[in-house]
Amino acid sequence: MSSFYARLIARTPKFDFVGKRVPAFVVTGLIILGTFASIATKGFNFGIDFAGGLLIESQTIDGPADIGKMRDVLGNLGLGEVSLQEFGTTGRDVMIRVQRQAGDEKAQMAALAKVKESLGAGYDYRRVEIVGPKVGEELKRDGVLAVVLSVLAIAAYVWFRFEWQFGVGALIATFHDVIATFGLYSITGIEFNLTSVAAILTIAGYSINDTVVIYDRVRENLRKYKAMSIYDLLNLAVNETLARTFLTVATVFITVVSLLVLGGEVLHGFSVAMLLLFVLLVLLVLLSFLLLLLL
Amino acid sequence: MLQFPKWKIVMVLLVSLAGLIWSAPNLLSRDVTDRLPSWLQPVSLGLDLQGGSYLLLEVDTAYVVREHQASMVESLRTLLRKEKAKYADLGAQGRDGVKVRVLDPADRDRLRPDLRKLDPEAEVSFADDGLATFKFPEPVLNKRIKAAIDQSIEIVRRRVDELGTREPSIQRQGTDRIVVQLPGVKEPDRIKALLGKTAKLTFHLVDDSVSPEEAQRGRLPAGSVLLPSAEQERGLPSHYVVKKRVEVGGDMLVDAQPTFSNGQPVVSFRFSVAGGKKFGDATRENVNKLLAIVLDDKVISAPKVNEPITGGSGVISGNFTVRQAQDLSLLLRAGALPAPLQVLEERTVGPDLGADSIRSGAIASGLGIILVVIFMWLIYGILGLMANVALVLNIILLMALLSILGATLTLPGIAGIVLTMGMAVDANVLIYERIREEHRLGRGVIGAVQAGFERAFGTIFDANLTTLVAAALLFQFGTGPIRGFAVTLTLGLISSMFTAIMVTRLMVSLWIKWRRPKTLPL
Repeated sequence: MSSFYARLIARTPKFDFVGKRVPAFVVTGLIILGTFASIATKGFNFGIDFAGGLLIESQTIDGPADIGKMRDVLGNLGLGEVSLQEFGTTGRDVMIRVQRQAGDEKAQMAALAKVKESLGAGYDYRRVEIVGPKVGEELKRDGVLAVVLSVLAIAAYVWFRFEWQFGVGALIATFHDVIATFGLYSITGIEFNLTSVAAILTIAGYSINDTVVIYDRVRENLRKYKAMSIYDLLNLAVNETLARTFLTVATVFITVVSLLVLGGEVLHGFSVAMLLLFVLLVLLVLLSFLLLLLL
Repeated sequence: MLQFPKWKIVMVLLVSLAGLIWSAPNLLSRDVTDRLPSWLQPVSLGLDLQGGSYLLLEVDTAYVVREHQASMVESLRTLLRKEKAKYADLGAQGRDGVKVRVLDPADRDRLRPDLRKLDPEAEVSFADDGLATFKFPEPVLNKRIKAAIDQSIEIVRRRVDELGTREPSIQRQGTDRIVVQLPGVKEPDRIKALLGKTAKLTFHLVDDSVSPEEAQRGRLPAGSVLLPSAEQERGLPSHYVVKKRVEVGGDMLVDAQPTFSNGQPVVSFRFSVAGGKKFGDATRENVNKLLAIVLDDKVISAPKVNEPITGGSGVISGNFTVRQAQDLSLLLRAGALPAPLQVLEERTVGPDLGADSIRSGAIASGLGIILVVIFMWLIYGILGLMANVALVLNIILLMALLSILGATLTLPGIAGIVLTMGMAVDANVLIYERIREEHRLGRGVIGAVQAGFERAFGTIFDANLTTLVAAALLFQFGTGPIRGFAVTLTLGLISSMFTAIMVTRLMVSLWIKWRRPKTLPL
């Protein structure tokens, strides 16, 4: 049972990460620019948590759902945009999304009554969510507040535990990852809801985790090798922690894939986002290695 | 590090044992856990997992202020009429005041003390032209709003209880919101309809000086109001003109029950002693007049008073169905809301979807654990297996912590657990990688293991604490799913620090002591 991993990486790698900072900055800059461009032009596909409206998960009591008929019935109610989406394996489950109704909260409730009435008996409503315009705006504000405050608190903590330069670095790194994640939501058009905020915060958590692990090594090396240049010092810290970085990404990747495959419909959005983000992370790492090989 | 102090070993064992005990109820069926003591219960599940309905209600605070203004206006009218003073411009002043102009200067001076006494909490000011203004200071209004919200919560609780819902939770949120959580409720439509009614019942005299048609054209006497009928039906008037003065209010009711009268569902009610007397007086003085029964500004019916009703009880008839009569009597029993409620948000999950979510969450977590365990074993061999024991213990401790703290497990919470597993593994990866590194730098097996644990500790501590800081803020500022996620993440981080630093370390030291390996098993 001798460890096969030991044979895989026997020495500390000696990649010159710091030397490739210019191309890395260019790639990062392009990602951030692309994000802002996409948010400005395309915006987000807000789910009902933020946009307000209705979400109904219906299941026919027997036999598969006739989605065409449902679309006809619901499309003629004058409720604006109604989207239907089949999911699951039995063909009985249909997710109904109705856009936010003009007017106050009562209008949303009335829309739900209308949908239920027009579909009639024969449907089981497994999940109903109604978010009025007021709450939607508040959830949006609270979500942004939670993300920004968390990132700031992280930076403050790093500042307190390390030096202020580290705090600024952590702030930039974390905001970069958060912004890139927002960009991913905007570009792919994946529904953005409260669960997405949780996904983004998880990414921020992992991002800061990686940052702190590397910073910790930088700080240790600063004490150990007093004469070493900052250039070599940073490279050494990244290389020394590289094996750990890969292993951790791999294990998290495993858990995210299992969430995606078996986590069910409600966790689906969360797992898809997490997986895409991890693919993005891995792509970024691969990209940096490709750059290393090319340059 | 091979010399692990005895107390530490005992502590690790005790904590693990406690974790096993407190997490065990989660594996038992409900029948069994119902018989367990209250300190040993499974994790309470969020509505998204057990099924149920979540309603976020908002109290209309502007209405509370408006009602207060309106009642002040009525008091002024009554006072000035009693004193036979001529007045004009009686009405609301801005958002938080009331004004009236007393026309005769002699009346002004005579009534000034009475006007001052009318509402001791109002700031009264008199202008030279006879205009008296009553302003309610902010603290007074806030006190009233707070009282209205407290009362709303109480009424909501009574209404929900009347419906016989299992373990409902009714809590205040922020300043003017009420969260109602109803486990097991699948169709909250009836509850929503009941909570949407203010259920303010009042008895008014019908004003027969003008017809409703005339009133609709604008000839409405002061002190009267035009109200629509609850049931717009042929043969019955669509509107009534009623006096604003309340003869008796629904707050004086002590009981209301649905019954039948001539085969029609009706609601019979009973007044308190004081209410019965008031009702008796009102009916005695107004024999042969019409007495309108008004619910939420709609006239249910306006029967003629044939004789004084002194027994303190009566019957409300309208065109009720059995269900309507039941609901109305329920509302009357529970009492009126001081202000209307608005449903801002509703989330309802059916019980079978909740069960599906638990099942898929459990399967996903299970598969995740198995894959991670295999991965760690492949990478780190025997030490990887020890990390795996710590990982499983971490989940057991996390479940125990959730149970002990009475935290609620939600679907995003399950996601949080899965991701804590990632963090827990990371702690072990950090330690093992550090050991490997120290060994490469020339340390012996024991030295490398010792240095690995010690040096990795600082990193793990900082990395976990930064995430903990973020999780705490999420808990503080997050709502709904974010909060559920923050709870499991926070507790998971705490338990993973314990398992990685204490449990893995204990296992590795005992193993090295026992096997005395010559080469590093990594």
